Amino acid sequence: MQTKLTINGNEHDLEHDTRTTLLDALRNHLGLSGTKKGCDHGQCGACTILINGRRINACLTLACMHDGDEITTIEGIGTPDNLSPMQAAFVQHDGFQCGYCTPGQICSATAMLEEARMGWPSHVTDDVTSAPDLTDTEISERMSGNLCRCSAYPNIVDAIRQVSEKTT
Amino acid sequence: MTAHLKMDKPDTRNRLDHTAQGLIGAGMDRPDGKAKVTGTAAYAFEDQPEGMAHGVLVRANVAKGRLNDIDRDSVLRLPGVLAAMCGPRFLRNPAQGGANEAPVQGSEGIAYLGQPVALVVAETFEQARHAAHMLTLQIDAQEGQTDPDIAGYESPDAKQAQQGDLDRAMKDAATAIDVTYTTPSHNSAAMEPHAAIAEWDQDMLTLRGSYQMLKYNRNELADALGIDPKCVRILAPYVGGGFGSKLGIAPEAVAAALAAHELNRPVGVALTRQQVFEGTMRRSESRQRVRLAADASGKLQGIGHDAYISNLTDEVFSEPVTQATPFIYAGENRVIGHHIARVNRTCAGSVRAPGESIGVTVLENAMDELAHQTGIDPVELRLMNIPDKNPTSGLPFSSHTLAEALTTGRDRFGWDQRNPQPGSTRKGDWLIGMGMASAVRVNILSEARVRVTLMPDGTARVQTDMTDIGTGTYAILTQICAEMLGLPETDVSVSLGDTDHPPGPGSGGSWGASSVGTAAFLACEKIRRELAKKVDADEADLTLKDGMVSYANRQVRLADMIDEEIEIEGHVEPGDTSDDVTQSTYGAHFAEVAVNAVTGETRVQRMLGVFAAGRILNHKTARSQCLGGMTFGLGMALTEELMHDPRDGHIVNRDLAEYHLPVNLDVPQLDVVLLDERDAYANPLQSKGIGELGICGAAAAITNAIFNATGVRVRDYPATLDKVLAGL
Ligand code: FES
Ligand code: FES
Repeated sequence: MQTKLTINGNEHDLEHDTRTTLLDALRNHLGLSGTKKGCDHGQCGACTILINGRRINACLTLACMHDGDEITTIEGIGTPDNLSPMQAAFVQHDGFQCGYCTPGQICSATAMLEEARMGWPSHVTDDVTSAPDLTDTEISERMSGNLCRCSAYPNIVDAIRQVSEKTT
Repeated sequence: MTAHLKMDKPDTRNRLDHTAQGLIGAGMDRPDGKAKVTGTAAYAFEDQPEGMAHGVLVRANVAKGRLNDIDRDSVLRLPGVLAAMCGPRFLRNPAQGGANEAPVQGSEGIAYLGQPVALVVAETFEQARHAAHMLTLQIDAQEGQTDPDIAGYESPDAKQAQQGDLDRAMKDAATAIDVTYTTPSHNSAAMEPHAAIAEWDQDMLTLRGSYQMLKYNRNELADALGIDPKCVRILAPYVGGGFGSKLGIAPEAVAAALAAHELNRPVGVALTRQQVFEGTMRRSESRQRVRLAADASGKLQGIGHDAYISNLTDEVFSEPVTQATPFIYAGENRVIGHHIARVNRTCAGSVRAPGESIGVTVLENAMDELAHQTGIDPVELRLMNIPDKNPTSGLPFSSHTLAEALTTGRDRFGWDQRNPQPGSTRKGDWLIGMGMASAVRVNILSEARVRVTLMPDGTARVQTDMTDIGTGTYAILTQICAEMLGLPETDVSVSLGDTDHPPGPGSGGSWGASSVGTAAFLACEKIRRELAKKVDADEADLTLKDGMVSYANRQVRLADMIDEEIEIEGHVEPGDTSDDVTQSTYGAHFAEVAVNAVTGETRVQRMLGVFAAGRILNHKTARSQCLGGMTFGLGMALTEELMHDPRDGHIVNRDLAEYHLPVNLDVPQLDVVLLDERDAYANPLQSKGIGELGICGAAAAITNAIFNATGVRVRDYPATLDKVLAGL
């Protein structure tokens, strides 16, 4: 079948199998391998990308469901010569080791700050009616869908905290 | 030209303390960082060649048996399917680290449930996956043995040791501890699933793969395929984590190579997460009996450590649980026992710090039990039992930092706030406690070669087949070469993970940075000598900084001094310093936990690790390695457990939803202190391995804290809430 995917502002006409996940479309068909596959089952967060600004596990959705959606992958967040503030903070704080979970972490963190800005509460928010204060615990909870076996978690929190403080 | 060193004598020059660039030890950002955060670093399955077909492995669904054939016709009719294959060259399981030859081969003999026995290849991944599900295997199931205790244990003579009379010491002891702990199977669970892409050009095979030790992997792959290693090139510039699970060549590599050969086009095979759990290495489960005999003052008179572990038949690897027990603490009388059962379970192999990770952990639990029984402070108990020489071999220690780690940690953590009476601190529903443990891990130097080329424009190129699996190889090689050659770090480019480069030691056993770093150091030292010759000076009198060379009151641009490349291959081999002294790294873990009195849930609130590993080459990446090790320990303490179905040994929780790695919220802001140490016996850098030290004993600090919080001693890892609750 055919789907028109809009990824990082570019349109792609994709001829694909109905079973192709959005993740496999990116990695195997469009050469956008910055998005990683860690489990293919929505259990690790390595495939996190943004759809219309919201974070989503690309392995849990089919490519054919995204005709017309605005898709942003790690390649659209920044480039080696023009890092986004979140990417730069990850480098500075060593928010990764092997780097395999990292594109997912960065996409997730980027969208997470937006969720917090919109006032979304989390499991650890004491008062769900007030604007959440992004404490380390809030950041950790909101990032717990992104596994990192290298366990850069403390550094990931440092990086996100720095970006969040700079932008608020 | 080459620069060779066999490490026969300590090197006390502390050469890196006298160079000028100022990069060594600094927390330099990783040079590979920008590629990793932008998704441009290409891992194994991401450089897909034109026309690549997708292969999906099919597993055996019995614990033991014979695969007579596969029903090819059932899948060859399906759309897009190109081949279905099995055969005598398929690997039963991955090679062990450093094997240098193929592991057991042949898809006919099934030795565990989950063994990859066939491959289906199709034009697309979706077609291959579907066909793999449809493939019928013709299997004769046989009676397997999946329970180590029923299988029974072999006790190889070479792995038993005895000195003095432990039974007597136990009888005479003022306090005797005799406890048995169990630890479950673990999986490395690196985030990048194992993958390989094979491509042939006539007789030449190029394999992009996710492997840790390429110089061995190349020989293993060639051996498995029955071809000359010269015809094999392996590329692994980025590896998405390893932790031991990618040490040896593995079934996907061989299957991809066979299929690519048969189909005459590139074939890629990536494992699913479930296949990673079933078909790569597990850390063996263990049962450990520890005996401690102490006199009235708390001094150890005897130590016994018996380990019961398992593996498949024909595997030489057996988890070296007691590796640190011969030398960590004093005591005249000592028994080491090692017992292995042969079972039809997923292959056992290296998982981060094989041996000490679980062995030191249980020993440190037993030490906590001794401290509690004697009423001696746990830190004091360890301090008073530090030996002044290796109590088993009689060899001196190259350097010993356990006491400093213990006292530094005690002061920094606020250990004096701990109430030694278990269960005495409560905040609301939460019981609070503190625990500690020693950390120890043997230090190893491994043969390594690195090529360093100083270019006429004054920049440098560094090449080796060494890998960076997140460990920081790109960073430390950049730093060492930039430091020695007096260049800004941006003028050094490091190329890794290509078997066309000189062979490094591979990533494993924490030896990577020191071994490959020494080879780079040697090459740079020789380049400095070549430069000195040009200006008739002594190498030691040259000051190299920011691309300038200064000597005898003169200064010239490095680029102006050379008109052609200077290319040197540095080569280091271990020598007498590996045998004449006991080399080890040490540390101390401190943890504070809160245990919920209603649910039994444990939350780690604070954790401190103090570590000494010789000269720290990069404080930022070294600290990250320690964070990783400590978090592995946290997982081991509280959640990680592979569950084997008692009927057929299969791993029940074979995905990341059911095998519980620590997530971000489980891990507090860990505190890491790196002590300043120089170990002249280790290598000319005076550095030692740090990648595994952080896990050794970490889980014990947490479970000892649970005991302090609650009075509940969980001797069956992990300390899940049901087990804690049962004792509350
Ligand atoms: S690959 Fe999508 S969540 Fe793991
Ligand atoms: S950096 Fe390796 S898994 Fe996160």
